[in-house]
Amino acid sequence: MIRNFLGRLGPLLALVLLFLAGSLLSPTFLTSENLLNVLTRSSVIGIIAIGATFIITARGLDLSVGAMAALVAGLSILCMNALLPMTGAVGALILGLLLAFAFGGAAGLVNGGLVVWGRIDAFIVTLGTMGIMRSLITWMSDGGSISLDFALRGVGRPLYYGTVLGIPVPVLIFAALAILGEIAMTRLRFGRHITAIGSNAEVARHSAIRVDRMRMATYALQGLCVGLATLIYIPRLGAVTPSTGMLWELEAIAAVIIGGTALSGGYGRVWGTVAGVLILGLVANILNLTSFTSPHLNGAFQGAIIVIAVFLQRRSTSR
Amino acid sequence: MKLTRRLILAAGAAGLALSSALPATGQEKTAKIGIAIPAATHGWTGGLNFHTERTIKAMEAAFPQLEFVLTTAGDVQTQVNNVEDLIAQQIDALVILPMESDPLTEPVKAAKDRGIFITAVDRGLSEEGVEDLYVGGNNPQYGVVAAEYFKSKFPEGGKIVVMRGIPTAIDNIRIEAFQKTLEGSGIEILDMQYANWNPDKAFEVMQDYLTRFPEIDGVWAGDDDAALGARAAIEQAGREEGMVLLGGSGMNRVIKMIMDGDKLIDANIFYPPTLIAPAIEVTAMRYARQSPIRGRYVLDSPLITKENAEEFYFPDSPY
Repeated sequence: MIRNFLGRLGPLLALVLLFLAGSLLSPTFLTSENLLNVLTRSSVIGIIAIGATFIITARGLDLSVGAMAALVAGLSILCMNALLPMTGAVGALILGLLLAFAFGGAAGLVNGGLVVWGRIDAFIVTLGTMGIMRSLITWMSDGGSISLDFALRGVGRPLYYGTVLGIPVPVLIFAALAILGEIAMTRLRFGRHITAIGSNAEVARHSAIRVDRMRMATYALQGLCVGLATLIYIPRLGAVTPSTGMLWELEAIAAVIIGGTALSGGYGRVWGTVAGVLILGLVANILNLTSFTSPHLNGAFQGAIIVIAVFLQRRSTSR
Repeated sequence: MKLTRRLILAAGAAGLALSSALPATGQEKTAKIGIAIPAATHGWTGGLNFHTERTIKAMEAAFPQLEFVLTTAGDVQTQVNNVEDLIAQQIDALVILPMESDPLTEPVKAAKDRGIFITAVDRGLSEEGVEDLYVGGNNPQYGVVAAEYFKSKFPEGGKIVVMRGIPTAIDNIRIEAFQKTLEGSGIEILDMQYANWNPDKAFEVMQDYLTRFPEIDGVWAGDDDAALGARAAIEQAGREEGMVLLGGSGMNRVIKMIMDGDKLIDANIFYPPTLIAPAIEVTAMRYARQSPIRGRYVLDSPLITKENAEEFYFPDSPY
C-alpha cells in the first residue's frame, strides 16, 4: 500500500529530491527569480507535453511537434508581418495568434487523418510529417531566421515577459491548461474514452465509443497545443530559425513518461506530465547553476535522472 | 586539335548561331564542378548556402562552359553519400566543406584517386596532401580576437561568462586560443557552458548565469545566434548597464545593430560564410581561364566595429 502510494507519487518525489539537491548545490537556486525563470521557460514544452499526454494515453504518438512548432511559428510570423500595414500592430498580433491556432490545428488534423483514416502507423506518419515540416521551415527561412517586425515585438512582448500579480503570463497559461487537462482526463467523458481506446481499441469500439473520432481529436488537440505554445515562443526572441523546436518531441515524450503515463497507452495523468516537465527543466537549470562537473556530462545527468524517475514508479505500479 | 573539335561541336550544337566565333558559349560544358556543403540547419550554414548559390549563379553566368552540381547534407553520412554520388557523375573538381574531417577523408581520397581536383573549405581533411586547395577561416584567431576585445574593454580585469558552441574541434580550437590569450590579463572566466550556437539554448544559459552571478562584466556568446538569445535574457533581467556582449561570425542583424549603435553589442568577429565564394571561384578559374592555383588560403577573422561594419553587411543574406 505504501509502496503503491510512493509509486504513484514517484514524479513528485523526484521533484522534491531535485529541489533539495538544487538548494544544497546552489545558493541562488531557491530565489523566486530563478524558479520563475525555470517555470516560464518550461511552459512551452509543458503545453506541448500536455497535448502529448492525451495522444499517448490513446496509444498514439506524435513525433512532429517540434518541427510543427517551428513551422507554425514561422508561418504566423510571416502572416503577422504581412498584416501589419493593414491592421496595425494589435490587430496583426491578434490575427496572427488566431492563425497560429489554425495552422497548428490543421497540422494536427493532417497527422490524425493519416493515422486514423490512412491507417498508417503513427510513428511513421509523424516521422514523415516531421521531416516535411522541418524542411519547409528551413526552406522558408533560407536556413537563416524569420524575424518578427520590430513594431510587433513591443506589442507581443508581454505574452512571454509580462506578469499578472507577479506570475509570468506563460506560467499562468500553462497552469490553466494543466488544470483543464487534468479535468478532461479524469472527470470528462473525453478522458475516459481515450483511456479506454488506449487500453483496448477493439473493446472500446464495441462499447460504442467513436474510436476514430476520438483519436482524431487527440491529434487535433496536440496541434492546438502546439499553436498555443508558439504564441509564447514567438515573443521570447521574436524570431524562428530552422533549429527551433529541435528535439522538443523527445523532451515532451520524456516528460509524459516520467509523469507516469504509460507509453503503451491506457493510462494517463496530466499532473504527472507537469511534474515531468518541471523535472527536466530543473535538471538543466541546476546543471547550469553549478559547475561541479564538466558540461560535457550534462546529457548523462539528464539521461540518468529520466531513467531513475521512471524506475521509481515502475517498481511499484507493476505489482 | 582538341579545341577545334570542341569548337565545331559547340557551333553544331548552337546551330548556325553567330556565337560560333566565340569559344564555347553554346551548351557544351567543358568542366563539371561538384560542391558538397552542409545543409542550412542553422544561421551560419544558412548564410553559407546563400553565398554558395550566389557564387554559382555568378560563375555560371560568366563562364557558361562550366557546370556546377550542388549537394547539401544534414549529417556526416549523407555527406559521404553525396560525395560518392558526385564522383559517379564524373565531376572534374570537388569543392567540399567537410562536416567532420575524419569520416570524410576516405571518400574524398577516393575522389582524388580518380584524378578529381579537391578544394577543402573551412576544415581540412585528416590526412596531409589530400586537398589541392584549401580555403579556411582562422579559428585560433577567432578566439584571440575575442579575448583581445575583452582585454581592451577591461584593462583592469573583469568577470566574464562564456558560451561554447556545438562540441566540435572548431569550438575547442577557438576556446583554447581564447583562454590562452586571456591568461594573466586579470579577466576571470566565471563559467563556460554549451549553448550550441542556438538562440533558445543561449537564452536559458544566460538566464541561469544572471541568477548565479551577481556581477558579470562581459559575455562571450561565441556566435551571433547565441548572442541574440543572451541579449533577450539580459534585457529581461534589466542588467544591460555596464555589460558588454560579444557574439561572432557576422550575422547581418547583429552587424546592423552595431551600425545603429546598440548599447550591449558594439563589436563582432567576422567568420565569414562568404569563404565559400573564393573557394568556388578559384576552383572555377582553373577550368575557365587555366589558372592552376594550389595551396592554402587562410582568411582573417577581424574585429568588426561601428567604423568598418558597412563592409561586412549583407542585408539580403539570411544570416
